[in-house]
Amino acid sequence: MDWSPVWISLETSVTATLIVMVVGLAAAAWRERHNGPVMALVDGLFLLPLVLPPTVVGFFLLLLFGRNGPLGKLLLRFGHTVVFSWPATVIAAAVVSFPLMYLTARAALEQVDPHFLQAARTLGASEWRVFGEVALPLAWPGVLAGTILSFARALGEFGATLMLAGNIEGKTETIPIAIYSAFDANDMQHAWTWCAVDIAISLSLLAALYYWTRARGPARWVRR
Amino acid sequence: MALEVQIAKELPDFTLDVRFRAESGAPLSILGPSGSGKTMLLRCIAGLERPDHGRIVLDDRVLFDSERRVRVPARSRRLVLLFQHYALFPHRTASQNIAFGVRNLSRVDREKRVAAVVRRTQVAGLEHRYPRELSGGEQQRVALARALAIEPGALLLDEPLSALDAHLRSQIEAQLQETFAEYQRPTLLVTHNIEEAYRLCDQLLVLSRGRIAACGAKEEIFQRPPSLEVARLTGCKNFSKVKAISADSEEAIVEATGWGCQLRVAHRIERAAHVGIRAHHIDFEEAAIPGASTENTFPCWLARSSETPFRTTLFLKLHEPPVGSSSEFHLQAEVFKEKWERFRDQPVPWHVRLPPASLFLMPH
Repeated sequence: MDWSPVWISLETSVTATLIVMVVGLAAAAWRERHNGPVMALVDGLFLLPLVLPPTVVGFFLLLLFGRNGPLGKLLLRFGHTVVFSWPATVIAAAVVSFPLMYLTARAALEQVDPHFLQAARTLGASEWRVFGEVALPLAWPGVLAGTILSFARALGEFGATLMLAGNIEGKTETIPIAIYSAFDANDMQHAWTWCAVDIAISLSLLAALYYWTRARGPARWVRR
Repeated sequence: MALEVQIAKELPDFTLDVRFRAESGAPLSILGPSGSGKTMLLRCIAGLERPDHGRIVLDDRVLFDSERRVRVPARSRRLVLLFQHYALFPHRTASQNIAFGVRNLSRVDREKRVAAVVRRTQVAGLEHRYPRELSGGEQQRVALARALAIEPGALLLDEPLSALDAHLRSQIEAQLQETFAEYQRPTLLVTHNIEEAYRLCDQLLVLSRGRIAACGAKEEIFQRPPSLEVARLTGCKNFSKVKAISADSEEAIVEATGWGCQLRVAHRIERAAHVGIRAHHIDFEEAAIPGASTENTFPCWLARSSETPFRTTLFLKLHEPPVGSSSEFHLQAEVFKEKWERFRDQPVPWHVRLPPASLFLMPH
């Protein structure tokens, strides 16, 4: 049996989650400091991948990264094509899971009592330190929850991935796509196997989420 | 060395518009009811809020100047604001909290600095605890240590005692007094507690709806409030409108229309509109001494009384017994329980005396 969909799925999800964690956190932190009517538009744009059908997201990604798309042309100049390659699975997964990270991180950062940040400022801390040493540690359980949710979403990504990365065995075939192919080919045994693998990974993720948000929540700030 | 503040800022209900100077070694208490702009004032000085215009200068360092477009950010002002609820970082131990502001020092210097403030603020033994493992008083001391560690140019305290129990309060108050004496830099303390303001500071600034109602030595403000508003804000309960009858350079005779009597007052002012006396300054003539002066002495009846553990507040009606409602009274007098126990059973009317030196006149 060819286990490549498991490794492709995990590699894709981990890479996409790492990207989304950094970008989503940065976007949330940036959004925290800005307000105004334009920001409502920005919010809408950031949350669009969450509400749109993944196929629509995939369609726009194709337009963007295709041979005639602005980003596709740019990459072609450096001799790269994204469409139907492994990076395409990462891009699709990252774009679709970004809103979850962004929303959760923002909610977590908003929960931090502004007095802590102000106290840090009057004690001479730069804005980077205020964020890195006060806001982020205090928002950490929420940020972590967002990360795990994003990972779960990236792992389950199907529609946009199929549009942008296609279904190339051993290259872009992730677990959800493998399930679809197996089912399509009436190969129920493989479909069952991939489903079981997916359930196992998802359950471990939920267990991790439960453990981390409890063990790493505010209760830890006591002596052990 | 001094902190000079002259700022204005539009707030939703009124405009904060103040100008004052706080000298080193003379802690200044900012007293005012809640919502009078006290906390906003501290936040403007600390750099957490931006005044609409004005100037803030510490020693020779301009921290804010709207005309010259100077606005030093909070992190570079080196003015520490002690928050009402301390704002200790919950994810750092006490010593990590204290060391937060001195990271730029070398390791050795940093440890020295932390050890010094730990000694001074008596937080030894608590260094490895997290804030949530500390009591309110301990958190207060750690917050003070964290503030003093950066050797701030001025100390700003926002209601530092209001979150503490009564028995802790006097203890922390004594410690604050010591700190102020040692620290010798401009110190501002915001409070709505009159007694706290009086005990902790020499200078008093009374704030009312964003304006300075009085500013100066505390004794003067309490003895001779410059206005009816300040008298009220500093806890005075008894007022009456007056008509001037006669005055010389030393004293004045006035008719207190609200109290229906003539009074001799041991000072005089131009255009007196009100006379006042503090509740604990009212005297009782326990037994009529034949031939004693009857100056400023009037018969009175009790309308009602209200008791606290050690004192009793008496609501008194002058000249005639109260009829009907117990809310009908002229004066509120405050006496110690022992005294109250002694004369509560004496036959009415009692005789109340308003000492001329305790009465004060206020202009229109």
